[in-house]
Amino acid sequence: MTRPDHASRPSGAPLLAVDDLRIAFGAREAVQGVGFEVREGETLALVGESGSGKSVTALTIMSLLPPGGRIVQGSVCFEGREITALPPRESRRIRGGSIGMVFQEPMTCLNPVMTIGDQIAEAVRQHQPLSRKAACARAIELLDLVRIPDPHRRAGDYPHKLSGGMRQRVMIAIAVACGPRLLIADEPTTALDATIQSQVLDLIDRLRRELSMAVLLITHDLGIVGQWADRVVVMYAGRDVEQGTPADLFSNPLHPYTRGLLAASPRLDDSHHYSDGPLVEIPGSIRSAEGEQGCAFAPRCAHADFRCREAVPAVQFLSGDRQVACPIVIQEEHRVAAVRR
Amino acid sequence: MSLLSVADLSTHFRLPSGALRAVDGVSLDVGVGETLGIVGESGCGKSTLGKTILRLVEPTTGSIRFAGEDVTGLPPRRLGAFRRRAQMVFQDPFASLNPRHSIRKILTDPLIVHGIGNRRERARRVEDIVQRVGLDLAALDRYPHEFSGGQRQRIGIARALVLEPDLVICDEPVSALDLSIQAQTLNLLGRMKADLNLSYIFISHDLSVVRYFTDRVLVMYLGRVVESAPTRTLWSMPRHPYTRALMASVPDPARRRHVAPIKGDLPSPQNIPGGCRFHPRCPLATDICARVEPPLRTFDGDHSVACHHA
Repeated sequence: MTRPDHASRPSGAPLLAVDDLRIAFGAREAVQGVGFEVREGETLALVGESGSGKSVTALTIMSLLPPGGRIVQGSVCFEGREITALPPRESRRIRGGSIGMVFQEPMTCLNPVMTIGDQIAEAVRQHQPLSRKAACARAIELLDLVRIPDPHRRAGDYPHKLSGGMRQRVMIAIAVACGPRLLIADEPTTALDATIQSQVLDLIDRLRRELSMAVLLITHDLGIVGQWADRVVVMYAGRDVEQGTPADLFSNPLHPYTRGLLAASPRLDDSHHYSDGPLVEIPGSIRSAEGEQGCAFAPRCAHADFRCREAVPAVQFLSGDRQVACPIVIQEEHRVAAVRR
Repeated sequence: MSLLSVADLSTHFRLPSGALRAVDGVSLDVGVGETLGIVGESGCGKSTLGKTILRLVEPTTGSIRFAGEDVTGLPPRRLGAFRRRAQMVFQDPFASLNPRHSIRKILTDPLIVHGIGNRRERARRVEDIVQRVGLDLAALDRYPHEFSGGQRQRIGIARALVLEPDLVICDEPVSALDLSIQAQTLNLLGRMKADLNLSYIFISHDLSVVRYFTDRVLVMYLGRVVESAPTRTLWSMPRHPYTRALMASVPDPARRRHVAPIKGDLPSPQNIPGGCRFHPRCPLATDICARVEPPLRTFDGDHSVACHHA
């Protein structure tokens, strides 16, 4: 497997750094300032509901922004290099090469009239100067790597012959074919059944370790975040509102949105039953703040005051890797810190 | 007394590629005011079961009794009263509302179909239900595309409830909704149940939601019930290896990076394994499991399991 040369990059710099990214479709800004880093070998989860801008952010990193979308400002640095304004040839080299990707719907991503072996071989040959025969052999190795049983026979199958879980394994094989440094997985298991979902997440994590790559995992599922991520970015209405480790987030969520989400979701380990009382609700919807200035969560937030409606709260950096964009909780935290002192 | 009593119900489809036994001998009861959860993965027959109970799909064998009356053999023209009392809420609030009908028409049509009230009474009932589900009266003159997913699901619930049914079958009612909207919708269903003394059949693949929202649960696998128990009992002592695997598969922050609890793919319902349907994936399977299909056996009165090793 070839590894890109990253000797030019200062040691300790993140693998991927997204800074103050804003993306607009026409007049509407889908992403209004997102910043985060992915470090070598880690799993970073981007979590949020529909409309939070998490998928658009991922597409931008891969230079796959749909027509009509444009980067208003901000930067995306991969291996120390700005990749937002690369010529198409260059971004094709990165995409599928040092950045692999997996999407939600494996069926719509695979070519129905091509065998899976040929599809993997084609992906390999896009980036590596291999003969047809060598690429086919590599395809079989990759099918074996993603634990598809009987890979020699399976390589000759067409996608419709495979189950959803197997198709997603094929997509993963294509994504890791060229030994990426970063795997972007956008809701990779949302279309899969529970028992298959845990197999696929298990596989992605095993490949992360075996191929020493980092994973950017995009999901709406807090359970997945808690189980598989090293660090988490919570997104709301196009902004990152809170960052931290899963332990931080689950034991001490700071942003009122994160707190609300955790309180609103029934948990498997929680014996709260409807006969005990209703779930905690977050009122309104993500559209509640459309056309207003200030914090996008303010119309749904029980703690919001005048500051929240005046201006978008700045991201505050707390101890360790924690960040939060909420003036109210910052004040609270300071007060707690002062008492402790 | 049971409001709904289903005995040995099967729904088989004949496809060009062979028979599909979507539901294969399922029995269940739903009491007045009870919520029965049905969980399982795709292909387990949970949605077909829901549709068969309402006779939107015809059963192959078995019987459906509703409020003491056998509705299995009723001719379509005599199904009216049953259909008024047993309603359905669908998963996809985008696909299940006619985009060309105003909300007023969507909510009034069921009343007209069932010949309920005069124009003024119908208007009153529609206005009442739309407010009960948490929408403004102004919503009545708008069209489905003007609403968010969560609001559309409220409209879907209002359409089911406007007929004042006794039983509502909810087929994955919150699966298409964002997390913050799920809680709102579950709370609405809970409130409606208490206000209108409803019974629910709550079909879902989401175990966390089922644990919160149901009184009793059936776990289905490839057309069969593998385990049935009161919700609290099932969680404190799941007996079937499939139920345990399903619970262990739910992503849980407390289990960092643990290995997937179950291997192998879901078999196609067109190619159901012999013996116990779960045996090719089961960690406990022995010879007998490959040969003999285990019957549903009852433990402690209300906990039933179909497993040779339970």
